Amino acid sequence: MEELSEFKLKVLDLLKEDARRTPALLSTLLGVGEEDVKEAITQLEKDHVIVKYATVVNWGKVEEEKVYAQIEVQITPERGRGFEGIAERIYLFPQVKSVYLMSGAYDLLVEVEGRSLREVANFVSEKLSPIESVLSTKTNFILKKYKQDGIIFEERQEDNRLLISP
Amino acid sequence: MIVNQDRLTDNNKKSMSSYLAPSVRDIQPSGIRKFFDLVSGNKDIITLGVGEPDFVTPWHVREACVYSLERGFTGYTSNAGMPELREEISRYLSSSFQVSYDPKDEILVTVGGSEAIDLALRALIQPGDEILVPEPCYISYSPITSITGGVPVGIETTAEHHFKLTAEALEAKITPKSKILILCYPSNPTGATMTYEDWLPIAEVVERHDLIVISDEIYAELTYDGKHVSFPYMPGMKDRTILVSGFSKAFAMTGWRMGYACAHPDLISAMLKIHQYTVMCAPAMGQVAALEALKNGLGEKDRMVDSYNQRRRLIVQGLCDIGLECHEPQGAFYAFPSIKSTGLTSDEFAQRLLTEAKVAAVPGSAFGQGGEGFIRCSYATSIAQLDEALDRMGKFVEKLTS
Repeated sequence: MEELSEFKLKVLDLLKEDARRTPALLSTLLGVGEEDVKEAITQLEKDHVIVKYATVVNWGKVEEEKVYAQIEVQITPERGRGFEGIAERIYLFPQVKSVYLMSGAYDLLVEVEGRSLREVANFVSEKLSPIESVLSTKTNFILKKYKQDGIIFEERQEDNRLLISP
Repeated sequence: MIVNQDRLTDNNKKSMSSYLAPSVRDIQPSGIRKFFDLVSGNKDIITLGVGEPDFVTPWHVREACVYSLERGFTGYTSNAGMPELREEISRYLSSSFQVSYDPKDEILVTVGGSEAIDLALRALIQPGDEILVPEPCYISYSPITSITGGVPVGIETTAEHHFKLTAEALEAKITPKSKILILCYPSNPTGATMTYEDWLPIAEVVERHDLIVISDEIYAELTYDGKHVSFPYMPGMKDRTILVSGFSKAFAMTGWRMGYACAHPDLISAMLKIHQYTVMCAPAMGQVAALEALKNGLGEKDRMVDSYNQRRRLIVQGLCDIGLECHEPQGAFYAFPSIKSTGLTSDEFAQRLLTEAKVAAVPGSAFGQGGEGFIRCSYATSIAQLDEALDRMGKFVEKLTS
């Protein structure tokens, strides 16, 4: 893994806050040439450091019913491949939103999205549990998201400063 | 945004102003106050008029305060401030600015930097003393000087010299009555800073005319290119300087009112006398928060400074693109562009900008001599808001000059 330059880290920080910031704006903010910014971004994209520009959605605000669960999965690692192969078999399901290898009481943390409790339950009982090396699963349904990826979902009064102060 | 409601509205009361001390009655309300009243009634405005960070105090600082309240830490502290806090301030000043003060008798924790300035002026001024103040500058130095019987003497600084104080300009205003020089660099409202080389000739004049210096370095941490040079760091200046600073700007703690003064023990003990009879001690909760900020908040502070620096580049670039000439501010979080090309006074410009473009900025005339022809634009606001404000200002200026 290469160590990123301070400049690239700053580009990443600014894009993480708002992915729609243009190279022109970033160049002004960082006091460097626009071409340098474009080049850095291209490189970061090429290296798959920037994986994707996604939108953080607060689905709690819309009617569409969505159910999220975190599933703690215990597995037997495969000879020669460890957890990689089984992790892949799990993350290729489109309803699986993220998969983490964990230290502690279980091995994989699997985040699943579905349209109903039943749909998630079916996924666990019909797809996840039957996988040969899966020893056990424990499904925790998420009731409310307060903060995700550093972004607080609840709307707050953002600026309560006096309009003019010395 | 809060609208201030602390003005009296009842017109039926008899006037009591004849009872007032003339020194207080005759003080003019600040230009900022006047402008505040104008702004308050307006809707949908973007304000570049705010003289405080747009960050909320970092959570670990707020949490430390809440915890101390839960433990019942609600009594007085020692008059000069909690010993641990004074020690931490001493360490911080020494490692960040290479100035050393003994926490035992050279540091006084105050209610904001403002109280420290008040104490310093009250401890030093005898009626008739002349107090030299480089302008444009923060609005409170002259009024407090007047209340204590001193005579404020403005020293005009100019955009041509990047609003730096020069030895010639200082020397020209010195009389036998000159006693104190008040410095505020990085500067509110101009963003000007002073380097070691800039300070050298000033220190020489200060020495030669035996002046006392009050150096308000509240914006010290917000210095962008280069490093802040604290005035007491200059050779021979420490004993004759009262260093004033605080937590408001660098640590995003304006509402906590936590500041401090550092000086020779003779000066600090005099200021401490006034402090103990007027406020007893700075608020205990604020002191706990300040201690946490110094102990664990320096990283967070650096992130905030970095963020101001980015926005500084954005606003300077934006103002120049609009055609408002703007010297590059090296410190604080203000840009101070010239609006002379529009032919308007800064008052007219700010008022019309407010009503026609819905952007609030403070007219430079509110900050004393040399401020006319400029407006103060605070960039302590979000990038999106800055972008929008610059857009509106651009259209406004285009309309004015076409």
